[in-house]
Order: sequence, then C-alpha cells, then structure tokens
Amino acid sequence: MINHLGRYVLMLIYMFSKPEKFSVYWKRFIDEIVQLGIKSLFIVILMSAFMGAVLVIQTASAIESAWIPDYTVGFTVKQSMLLEFCPTIISLILAGKVGSNIASELGTMRVTEQIDALEVMGVNSIGYLIGPKILASLFIFPIIIIYSMFFGFLGGGIVCELTSIIPVEQYLEGIRSFSYENYGHIRYALIKTSVFAFLITSISSYFGYYLKGGALEVGKASTNAVVYSSIFILFANYILTQLLLI
Amino acid sequence: MISVKNISKSFNDVKILDDISFDFHQGKTNLIIGKSGSGKSVLTKCMVGLLEPDNGDVFYQETKLSSLKIKEKKEIRKQLGMLFQGSALFDSLSVEDNVAFPLKMFTSLSTNDIIERVNFCLNRVDIVNKNQLFPSELSGGMQKRVAIARAISMQPKYLFCDEPNSGLDPVTAIVIDELIREITKEYNITTVVITHDMNSVLEIGDNILFIDSGKNKWQGSKDEILDSDVKELNDFIYVSKFLKQLKKNS
Repeated sequence: MINHLGRYVLMLIYMFSKPEKFSVYWKRFIDEIVQLGIKSLFIVILMSAFMGAVLVIQTASAIESAWIPDYTVGFTVKQSMLLEFCPTIISLILAGKVGSNIASELGTMRVTEQIDALEVMGVNSIGYLIGPKILASLFIFPIIIIYSMFFGFLGGGIVCELTSIIPVEQYLEGIRSFSYENYGHIRYALIKTSVFAFLITSISSYFGYYLKGGALEVGKASTNAVVYSSIFILFANYILTQLLLI
Repeated sequence: MISVKNISKSFNDVKILDDISFDFHQGKTNLIIGKSGSGKSVLTKCMVGLLEPDNGDVFYQETKLSSLKIKEKKEIRKQLGMLFQGSALFDSLSVEDNVAFPLKMFTSLSTNDIIERVNFCLNRVDIVNKNQLFPSELSGGMQKRVAIARAISMQPKYLFCDEPNSGLDPVTAIVIDELIREITKEYNITTVVITHDMNSVLEIGDNILFIDSGKNKWQGSKDEILDSDVKELNDFIYVSKFLKQLKKNS
C-alpha cells in the first residue's frame, strides 16, 4: 500500500517537470480534450436527459398531494441534478468509460515497449503521456458537467410537455426557485467534478503506466482503474460534501 | 565506443548478469548473442539506462552513465537510436509522424525540413509512399524498417537493435541485417545488436559477445566463432544434428 502511494506521488511529481517542447505538449492537450471529453459528451447527454426525465416522473408520483405545489417537482429535480447526479454519478460513469480507456491505452503502450521507446529517446514519458490527460480532464470535465445539468433539466421539461404529469410552467418555476442558492450549488458541483477528474485520470494512469506483464494484465489494470477510481470518488464525495455544504 | 565494466544485475535475488565487461566499437556491428533468458536484453537495458545495474558501470566514450544527472542522461539519450523487438512504433501516429516524433520533440527544424528529413530516412530503409499509413497497416518487416528510420532520424551516434529479426521470414531478416550493417558503416556509428539468429551472427557480426547464464563466456568476431572451443558456445551454435555432424566431420 505504502509502495503504491509512494509511486503514485512520484508519478505526480515527474508529471510536473518541464516539458521538452511546449508546442508538442499543447497538441497532446488538445487531443486529450477530444479523446477524454468530446467523445464522452454523447453518452453524458443521453444519460442526463433520461435521468432528468425519470427523476421528474418519480418525484411527481412520490409527492402526489394537494398540499404540495407542483413546482416542488422541478425544485427537487434541480437539487438532485446539481448536487449529486451531475457531478458524482456522471463522474462514476466517466470513471468507467475514460478510466478503462486510459489504463488500457497506457498498459498496452507499456507491454509493447512504446513507453520504453519514449524513455530511450530522452522524453519524460510520464509528463508526455499522463500530464496532458490530467490537465485536459481538469479543463473539460466541468464543461461536460454543465452540459449534463442543462440536458438533465431539458429531459425533465420534455417529459412534462409530453405527459402533462405537471405543467411545464410549474416545472420551470421549480427549476428557477431559490435562485440565490444556485451559484453556490453549481460552484460546489464544479469543485467536486474537478477533484473527481483528477482522481479518475491520475489513478487510471497509475494502473496503466506501472503495468507489468502482458495482455491479461492490461485487462486487470483496466478493471482496477475503474474500481479504485470509483472507490476514491465516493470517499472524496463524502469529504467534499462535508467540507463544502455544511 | 561504449564500454561496459563489471556489470551485475539481479532480480529478486536471481542473478541475471554476473560481472560482464565488454567494449562495443564504433563503426562496427557489435552483437550480443545467447540463449533466451541469458541476460542479453537486461544488459542492453542497463546500457541505455532503462535499468540501473547493481554493480559496474557503462561508459559512453569516457562518460560514465551512472555519474550523470537526469538532464545529462537525457542529452546522452538523444544520441541513441533504438530498434525494439516489437518495433514499438506509436500506434496512434502515422508512419510519417512516428519518424518525425523525435525531430518535433527535440529540434527546432521547420515543418518542411522535418518532412524532408523524414522522407530521406524512409527512403533510406526503402519505405516509399507509406507516410500516411498507421503501424497496424504495415507488415512486420515494414514496421521494423520504419522503426529503423525513426531510430536514425536524429542521426544517432549509437544504435541499439533488440532482436531485429524476430518474427521475420529469412529473406526479410537478411534485408534488415544488411540495412543495419550499411547504416553502421555509412554513419560510422556504434551499433549494438541483440540476437540469437546464427544467420545474423555469421552475416554481420564484427564484434561478438556471447552471454550464457549472465556471464561473458566468449568474445570475438564472426570469423572466429566457428572455431571456438567453448562448450556453451558450441552447444548454442551447433544445435541441430546436421550441424553437429558437420562440426564432427570438419
């Protein structure tokens, strides 16, 4: 355990050493934004829209009471999406998609000696391979989460429009209610997302980069990356919620 | 010239290299030969700095590798070219980008100059009109040649080839051997080839180190190797019944 922690910290230290050539690293950064972020956008939008729709139906059916106004549904959906669903659940989904991708990519590069080739050339392989991934995720994941929030609300709105479960106006009123709190909640969600982005990319990179063995170990590294990223996201979620919301 | 002096290396108390000393000469194809698991690749990884030897030193000319700081080691590494056993081309980059990679990373050449140099290197290894293909679209022999082109793109002083013929048919293997020999002479570089292919040994072995169980058991040239009386070496060379009979008759 201490051995793993030490290597993980060393990996992060090496990552911040001076790039050999800034323009090459910049290109890698842009490529990683596309690879890790833009290519995950579709699944995030799809999940968020359906989750928003389901949340509306579930909430509306749970609070069928004449004493509770309809806009409560919109308010509840907003709070759920902003505080937990978008930053945490979407990050867990990204841990599965992006984490396994990173671990298997770096693991395959290790097995096929591509990382050794970089080292022999005199390239800081950790800085070149892992640095842009972490920076790109820190940049693009919060943007993805903002999209997730928007499409989650949209999904809920579409369900209201199609099923008349509650009037759309009431739903929108709920979304807009207590707007003075929204800024703080969005900031909380984005801080959480940034921490999760760092955990997903760094933990997955660690498992891929330090892989030993062959194809079988690439699969194991990929699984470990997802499992450990998810566990650390859940821990970090609890700690950040305690620190930022109370 | 590269010299290794008294190199030893163990993994989990298993001795892989035991007090190896040898000089690899400039302008010659220097071969490290031996059975699988004899320690050839470990010695090469110690030489290029991918592994730290437990004892002994590696010298590039007069410079001791272990005494260098990380930055100075990087400077030495920029003078190295390496052809890996599985080619180790970057999957996500095209042939052109693979060869251009070290040039883009370490030089301030313009894009046109880089492309010119890439085309020169690819032509040198007889790869024509394949610039935009990806490594997965090339045959094993072509991948090796592209890897050689990448290794020579920075005009290295030292070229390392880890089993350049593995997985290739005999005809392509000889083409690769010839290419390595030509490049060595043409650029007057120090080339180190790891192999257990006897065709390569007899074809290009100017200066040969035979390792058995991590020890230097024999050194010499291709002209001397068949006359050796070292048992381990003869067991390695005359492995088939036919060759054993041939040796007996001679």
